[in-house]
Order: sequence, then C-alpha cells, then structure tokens
Amino acid sequence: MNKYLSLRNRSGTVSFLLEKKAIATFLVLVCVFIILFLGGLSVGSTMLHPIEVIKHLFGLGSGEYTFIIETLRLPRMIVASLVGAALGVSGLILQGMIRNPLGSPDIIGITGGASFAAVLFINYFSNTFSIKWLPLAAIAGAGVMSLLIYFLAWKRGVTPVRLVLIGIGMAAAASAMTTMMLVLGDNYATSQAYLWLTGSVYGANWQHVYALLPWVLIFIPLALLFSKTANAQELGDSVASGLGVSVQRHRFGLLLISVALAGAAVAFAGAIGFVGLIAPHIARKLVGRSFGSLLPVTALIGGMIVFLADVVARTAFLPLDLPAGIFVSGIGAPFFIYLLYRNRHQ
Amino acid sequence: MYALETKSLTLSYGNDPIIDNLSLQIPQGKITVFVGSNGCGKSTLLRSIARLLKPQKGAVLLDGKEITKLRTKEVARNMAVLPQGPIAPEGLTVMQLVKQGRYPYHNLLQHWSKEDEQMVRKALKDTNLEQLVDRPVDSLSGGQRQRAWVAMTLAQGTDILLLDEPTTYLDMAHQIDILDLLFELNEKEQRTIVMVLHDLNLASRYAHHMVAIHNKTIYDQGKPEDIITSEMVRNVFQMECDISVDMLFGTPICIPHGRGRVIKSGRKAMSLI
Repeated sequence: MNKYLSLRNRSGTVSFLLEKKAIATFLVLVCVFIILFLGGLSVGSTMLHPIEVIKHLFGLGSGEYTFIIETLRLPRMIVASLVGAALGVSGLILQGMIRNPLGSPDIIGITGGASFAAVLFINYFSNTFSIKWLPLAAIAGAGVMSLLIYFLAWKRGVTPVRLVLIGIGMAAAASAMTTMMLVLGDNYATSQAYLWLTGSVYGANWQHVYALLPWVLIFIPLALLFSKTANAQELGDSVASGLGVSVQRHRFGLLLISVALAGAAVAFAGAIGFVGLIAPHIARKLVGRSFGSLLPVTALIGGMIVFLADVVARTAFLPLDLPAGIFVSGIGAPFFIYLLYRNRHQ
Repeated sequence: MYALETKSLTLSYGNDPIIDNLSLQIPQGKITVFVGSNGCGKSTLLRSIARLLKPQKGAVLLDGKEITKLRTKEVARNMAVLPQGPIAPEGLTVMQLVKQGRYPYHNLLQHWSKEDEQMVRKALKDTNLEQLVDRPVDSLSGGQRQRAWVAMTLAQGTDILLLDEPTTYLDMAHQIDILDLLFELNEKEQRTIVMVLHDLNLASRYAHHMVAIHNKTIYDQGKPEDIITSEMVRNVFQMECDISVDMLFGTPICIPHGRGRVIKSGRKAMSLI
C-alpha cells in the first residue's frame, strides 16, 4: 500500500488513489522534456546559446532572436509536441481497447483514411481550395474511415478482434487507393503528397498551434475521465460487464477520443507513423499498467519523440530540412521489430 | 439479501436455442452448482444470469426486477461475476486488479473512498494475498492468480457471486483451495454463490443445491445426495457409473465405468469393507 498516495477531501466526495512511482516518473519526464525542448530551440542553422533562449523566453533577451525563436522554432516544436502527445494517447487507447500491444492509429486504418483524403485533396482539389483546408480534409478522412470500420465491425456490439481485422483490411484498401492516386497524379502533386505521407511539421506556425491545441486540451483530459473504464476493459468484455461497465458505450467513447486525437495530429503533421505504437510501450516500461498513470506519461513521451525526431530532421543534414516522419520511423521501425522479437520469445 | 431467479428463459447463439424455457430459483445464502455435459448450456445459463448474454425470451429477475432493465452499475453492486479463464493484461499488479472490483461504486470524483480501501484490504486478506499485492498477476501461480480474480469479485462487496468454472486449469490442491475459500465465504457471510463446475464429485461435496442441466433445460435439481444417481449420470452425462459415498464427507461420489487397470487385491480389500 505504501506505493500509493491516497487523496481525499474531508467530506469524502472527492477521493483519488495515485501511484507514487507514476507521479515521480511524470515529474522527472517533465524536467527532461523542458531541458530537451530548450535544447531543441537552441539548435538549428543558427546555433543559439541555451541561456540566450531562456533569457528570451522570460522576456529578458535583446530581441535579436525573436524571429528565429518565436516565428521559426517555437511554433514548430510546440506543434511537434502536440502531435506526438495526441498520437501517443491515441495509440494507448487503442492498445488497451483491442487488448493487443500492436494497436496504433496507423495499423487500424485511422491514418490510412486521413492519408487517402489528404492525397485526394492534394491531387484534385488543391487548385480550387486553399491548402489551408488540407487538415480538414485529413481529419474528415480519418473520421469517415473510423465510422466505416466501426459499423462494418458491428455485430451485436463491436468486439476488439473484428475491429482490428476490419481496420487492417480497410487500411490496406485505403493504402492501395492512395498509391493509385500517387501513380496517376502529376509530378508536383505527387511530391507534395509524398511529403505529407512521410509526415512533417515543416513550416508550422502559430495558427497551427492554435488550431491543434484545443483538440489536445479537450480530448486528452477527456480520455483521463475514461481511465477507470479503460482499465476495466483491459480485463476483457465479460469481466468489464460484470463490474458494471457499459462496454459498448464506453468503447465507442474511447474510440471517438482516439480518432479525434489521431485525426487532428495527422491533419497537421501528415502520416507520422509509429509514435502511437511505441510511446505507450515506453510508458508502460516506466510506470506499469494503470491507464491513469500511463496517459500523462505517454503524452509526454509521444511529444518528446516527435519533437526530437524533428530536431534531428532539421539539423542532422544542414542545410537540408528533412521531414520528421523519416526519423520517427527510423527510431520506430527497429523498436517495432524488437517488440515482435520479444513477443515471440515469451 | 437479493433473490435471483430466471423466468421461462430461452437463450441462443444464432437460431438454435441452447436453453429453452428454463425457470429456476436460486436459493439465497446457499452454494448452487450447475452441472452437465460439455456444451449442455450450463455456462451459457450462468452468463445470462450474469447479464452477459441477453435472453431471446423470458427474463432473469434480481429481486423481482428484470436484470437487463436495471442500471448495470446498480446490478454490479449486488452481484459479482467471474467469467471462465479470465486473462489479466501483462504486468497488471494484484492491487491494480483487485481495486477494480470497486468500479461500480466510483463516480467522476470518487475513486478511492475509505470504504473502497477497507473492502480491498478485506478482499486481499480473505484470499490470503496480502504479501503479493505488488506482484504482477501474470507472474503468479495458477492458484494464486485465480485467488486474485476472486479477490477482485469480493472487493465488489456483493451478496451474490457467480463463477464460471473457477477451478479450470488448476491442479487438485488448488481446486480444493479455491472451493474451500468460496465455501468459507458462504459459511461466514452467507453469500449466495452460483457456479459451474466440471467435476461432479467436487460439486457434490461443496454444493448445497445442485442443478443438472440436460436437453436445454433442468434435468433435476436438489441436494446432491438426493439427485445424483447412476440413472441421472447416465442421462445427463451419457456415462455408466456406480455411485458410492465419500469416505470423509459422506457426499455422493461417482465412479465411472469403462476401461482401465484392475488391481485384484485392491478389489478384494474393498469387498471386505
């Protein structure tokens, strides 16, 4: 019991039980996050001293780095962090829901739907509509695709296995159609589409931050409210129902949150893969199994993975500024293989 | 105390009924055991009583009210369910599992009341798991693991406990361990326990009330000593047997006919008794 911290008000109307290890891990990660974030702000084609960056952020700087920090780097890193956090939490929800460690928004078709819609938009509508509408197209694609998967998987309720299988099938179909459009499209559109499919936060500005922030600020806390039922669902449908969970209703709610987060992230950063898969796994290694502890830690780790990948992407091959997605996959792919390898030997 | 009964219950997967027009009253404060051959629908019946399966026709009544019309959290405060062969997620600790038994009492802001804490402590104590609270469930032995699941249902603090084959995959010692635990819970706290058991001999030892399921309905029910006969076993399990008496408990035991080694001196010794 001494691994837990219980909080109660006097009347007993508010009571929580927190895991001490999770709190400690979270606080350490926040510090690491801040330090790495400052590091990320300092590096680039113009190297800044971290002290200068801190001075600037507290309004004590000379103002000569305003453009580099406030216009170029800060919004981009914030967008990268938000994208990573959203994808991480989305994957965490899916892995718990389908009771399978390989669940993630890119595997069950959410990203596939967004990609299809984005490529469709780039190929056929980018002349008529401003590119500003691309995120909306992507998010709509993710939403339509998930609804489709959900209803196809429905058979007196949705079972996780059907959800995964139909998700994988739909992802494959979407990917085939996306490829077909790439092949048929003209060169410029195709190169644009490829960039989007790799995933990049290049050119992210404050508008993007403001557009993405509400999604993350609404849906991540909302997911936290579902933590009890998410934990119960991991015990299986029968056990969860026995405990009094309205399994189908809560499953739909959780899926909706997961889709909203993944859809928003993918809309602004393209089809960045693997974060949704690996961030929850790393978090589980750190804080164990409880959803309430995992969620904030996964968000931090997901955010860190994407902004670090982006920092590497824009500094490793200066003056080239590569899409962050390459490096997320670069870290993600080997981890994924390691995961499969470990599962095989259990 | 809550009364539990089924009223002309018909259950089916697809079109073929598995249970047809079955009415049953579960005796309060007693251990009731469902027996029957594989696929006879005893687990299906239990799942339906646990509201995990919607009836095609008829109803399950909890205290006279139709169970599917009650709020599921409300039901969970009166009736706990342990399905067959539950699997804990990798790395989940005993404590994390057992405290989920308190789910039906939680709301948006109340996640760990004093009562939650007391009930979880008591459940861990009753199942003798206090030393293992921080161990991952998947690292425990089969018997300990099943005790952890039972502890979760105990933490639910319900009068009624439904268990679907709680002894599957356990060796004999651990089967007795789990059944003794349930027997004690019934004896000390008069909880109503309903379970499905495969082993007719163990069932007859622990059940106050036995319900034999055959041909989509109840073949017979009552005290094991009243209903277990070689004819009943022949009809329900399609097996020939002799019925004897347990040397220690006096409960009926079923000795199947069939093939196997015969030790003459052993038989002679028995005939002398």
